[in-house]
Amino acid sequence: MELTLWTYEGPPHVGAMRIATSMEGVHYVLHAPQGDTYADLLFTMIERRDRRPPVTYTTFQARDLGGDTAEMVKTSVRDAYERFKPQVMLVGESCTAELIQDQPGSLAKGMSLPIPIVSLELPAYSKKENWGASETLYHLVRTLLLPFVLPPNTQRPKRDPHIRPKANIIGPTALGFRCRDDIREVVKLLAEIGVDVNVIAPMGATPDDLMRIPDADFNICLYPEIALTTCTWLTRSFAQPIIKTVPIGVGATRDFITEIGRVADIDVSEALQRSQSDTLGNWDASRISSPANPQASRLPWYSRSVDSTYLTGKRVFIFGDATHALAAARIATEELGFTLVGIGTYSREFAREVREVAKKHGLEAVISDDYLAVEAKVTEAAPELVLGTQMERHIAKRLGIPCAVISAPIHVQDVPARYSPQMGWEGANVIFDSWVHPLMMGLEEHLIGMFREDFEFAEGHMSHLHAAPSQEIRRDLPREMGISEQAIASAGVSNQAVLTPIQVAQEVSGITWSADGEAELKKIPFFVRGKIKRNTEKFASDRGITSITVETLYEAKAAIGK
Amino acid sequence: MALEPCTEVPNQIKTDIPILKERGQREVFCGLTGIVWLHRKMQDAFFLVVGSRTCAHLVQSAAGVMIFAEPRFGTAILGERDLAGLADANEELDRIVDQLLERRPDIGTLFLVGSCPSEVIKLDLAKASERLNQRFFPKVRILNYSGSGIETTFTQGEDACLGSMVPVLPNSYDEPSLMIVGSLADVVEDQFQRLFEKLGIGPVYFFPPRRASKLPPVGKGTKLLLAQPFLSDTVRSLIARGATLLPSPYPFGIEGTTAWLKTAADAWHIDSSQFEQAIAPSVNRAKIALERYRQTLAGRKAFLFPDSQLEIPLARFLSRECGMELVEVGTPYIDRLLMESEINLLPVGTALSEGQDVEKQLDRCRQAKPDITVCGLGLANPLEAEGMATKWSIELVFSPIHGYDQAADLAELFARPLERRRRLTV
Repeated sequence: MELTLWTYEGPPHVGAMRIATSMEGVHYVLHAPQGDTYADLLFTMIERRDRRPPVTYTTFQARDLGGDTAEMVKTSVRDAYERFKPQVMLVGESCTAELIQDQPGSLAKGMSLPIPIVSLELPAYSKKENWGASETLYHLVRTLLLPFVLPPNTQRPKRDPHIRPKANIIGPTALGFRCRDDIREVVKLLAEIGVDVNVIAPMGATPDDLMRIPDADFNICLYPEIALTTCTWLTRSFAQPIIKTVPIGVGATRDFITEIGRVADIDVSEALQRSQSDTLGNWDASRISSPANPQASRLPWYSRSVDSTYLTGKRVFIFGDATHALAAARIATEELGFTLVGIGTYSREFAREVREVAKKHGLEAVISDDYLAVEAKVTEAAPELVLGTQMERHIAKRLGIPCAVISAPIHVQDVPARYSPQMGWEGANVIFDSWVHPLMMGLEEHLIGMFREDFEFAEGHMSHLHAAPSQEIRRDLPREMGISEQAIASAGVSNQAVLTPIQVAQEVSGITWSADGEAELKKIPFFVRGKIKRNTEKFASDRGITSITVETLYEAKAAIGK
Repeated sequence: MALEPCTEVPNQIKTDIPILKERGQREVFCGLTGIVWLHRKMQDAFFLVVGSRTCAHLVQSAAGVMIFAEPRFGTAILGERDLAGLADANEELDRIVDQLLERRPDIGTLFLVGSCPSEVIKLDLAKASERLNQRFFPKVRILNYSGSGIETTFTQGEDACLGSMVPVLPNSYDEPSLMIVGSLADVVEDQFQRLFEKLGIGPVYFFPPRRASKLPPVGKGTKLLLAQPFLSDTVRSLIARGATLLPSPYPFGIEGTTAWLKTAADAWHIDSSQFEQAIAPSVNRAKIALERYRQTLAGRKAFLFPDSQLEIPLARFLSRECGMELVEVGTPYIDRLLMESEINLLPVGTALSEGQDVEKQLDRCRQAKPDITVCGLGLANPLEAEGMATKWSIELVFSPIHGYDQAADLAELFARPLERRRRLTV
């Protein structure tokens, strides 16, 4: 057993649902107890879809367990086929059904329906959501394309240079982080360099579309957590190369274009050049009024402008799925000038890549799906900004640290109505705004550092968010989940629950502070105080000092720096 | 001048309504969902689900939109080692509870909540809580109940939770008292408390209490008045401890609230003029407030999908007090002991259904083209996209809807989707 307060991923059958729901013409019969239909809400509420997910549940109850649950599977498969007439059917189990072992996949295959049946074996007690999605996509594509696999070592005929190269975009799914807008942005990028899109899958694809996958010259593996298994199989079976760079961030987008140029053998130098030269200013009248101008990101200029100087060296902790965490680490350090003080992922399959990046920054990566372990690491690192998932928002609230969401798991507020990609040029614009927003504005930071007794702009206050940091998140409590205003008001924020970094540090260390030392410490600006306290205590313990005075504090500061 | 009766205690209309019983796919929540409101009602309690990642995912999908500095629920996720019997489940559970209580020394009551996987593998949580109690009581009390989907539907989770507390309620030594059973919004509790004081009924205890450590007493003198219609097991356990049930319609709307209070007043032998006098200001106020929404709702057709067992009392309110026409009233489960007085108030010819085959029910719903469809969130947006106005039913469990001063608010919940459709031009 494992104690879990929050889980980063759902069970694997939710991953399978994400594939089925992303597509058209695919139906999923899920052997599951009554109540597991909650998963429909992920799509109808969090993602606000206007249709029910194409999922039929057997919803067995306790009284059915004595009877023939296998018969319930058959009835559900038959009814679902009759009613929805899908082109392909997925059949699988949820965690409870896995225990009673009715073999629904084989049962369905034995019913001789006139469509392909994909039997899903998703071990719910050892695997999770992304794995489930990846596996489902792989088996679906494999089932449909297996008869057309090329003989081993077949070379693809060389593309006629007069025909534009064609690419598949593999990986975007329902409930993925910003997939909807990422695709649009990537399609725009491809158009700019003269690449056509063959199939986008699974999002929006039909089984017929999947059949056309081999027509493309190469595959863009946009979300490796979902798509890498499938792309690798396609490379083996149809000799289609994979584009592995994920275009999140300005630098990564440039690399993405370069990689496509190399793989597709096309000239992309113009697009790359523009991405360099077009990033300054942007206030010129001709550029604002010309709709013909291709997009370029404003991030480079915004980040270079003097207003951003105070962002230099801000201590940031990054956690999420591997793809988004890796991208965020590069943007944070190379494009925004932050200092990386922690990085981790819950995607164990991509742990190696994350470890490499961590090592480059002298850190040890947090590879864990244990919320409590992540919380401990964030506490220890005492960052000034957390870039994470919906779960890190809980951690950040507890510690009173600003936070922005960069990866699934997400909630309704991260499926916005406005265009908000993470990828490509516009994605970088979105990222600049959303990561900088939770931080204290420069002037306010200076003034709170200088004058500490203001009656309005107190410790940790961030007036551009209209509230203190630990409070600000409360504004986000949406009504969607039906929490009444009274409930919100009466719940409040428990003051004991929100620990400042100082309190956390005090709980950890055993060293005492003299009264004057502690008073001086309180004059250090809020967000860096935790780190300074830790540095000072380390300095003291290294030198055998047991009581920290004002002098010790400044000696430590001089020795270690900020 | 003698006061005229403000309202009549409702007459019985029809006792024998045929009920359509259906079986098929059920689009409902499991009992674990009860945690979403119970953790707020009893702030010193923690809910530890023993189940799979699916269970953890369910609870956080429902409640995780709120940002918690200190979560008040969690899941002990079963792994392959637990299923293969490689790890001793009891030792594992002890370890998890140790870990949890170390992190959260403020927890006063810990509920071990059973799930489908733990029920199927027959993990004995009752024994486990007994054993853990021996270690932690009195600092922490450990209780257990099942919120599994195979056994409980949505609000039945609250029934199971309250039911688990019944054996540990203190004994009242037969002193006469009134116990209001079922989670109520704090503001509603206070209103009812004031009304009972005015009527001279007391002492009044609310169950569940706001603190799990402050449990109400129960005994031969305890009279039970149910605020919620889904508490079958809790009521039966309370009766087994000597309490008497006062059967009554539920306090939704003016009529329901009056009938509910009257039931208590009669048991306390309050004479009718005192009763009328006590409720008159609230009733008059409520009538004025309700009239506004009655005009919107009267003559409109309502279709209720099964969800919480609140459907029958709500349908009664919608039809008798708001003038709505009932197309179909679906409910997951009907307990005659608790529902008789409500069913009797439904208009002749009401189509009642128990259980669900969701596709067929959707077909009936589409065909009937109701003006408002009360359904769960899995169906609401898809039906809206088909052009049907919906009221998502879960909100009815999360909102203050009981009593006189909420009668108009309750009607407003149903009028709001219609008003919204009137306003929007896009």
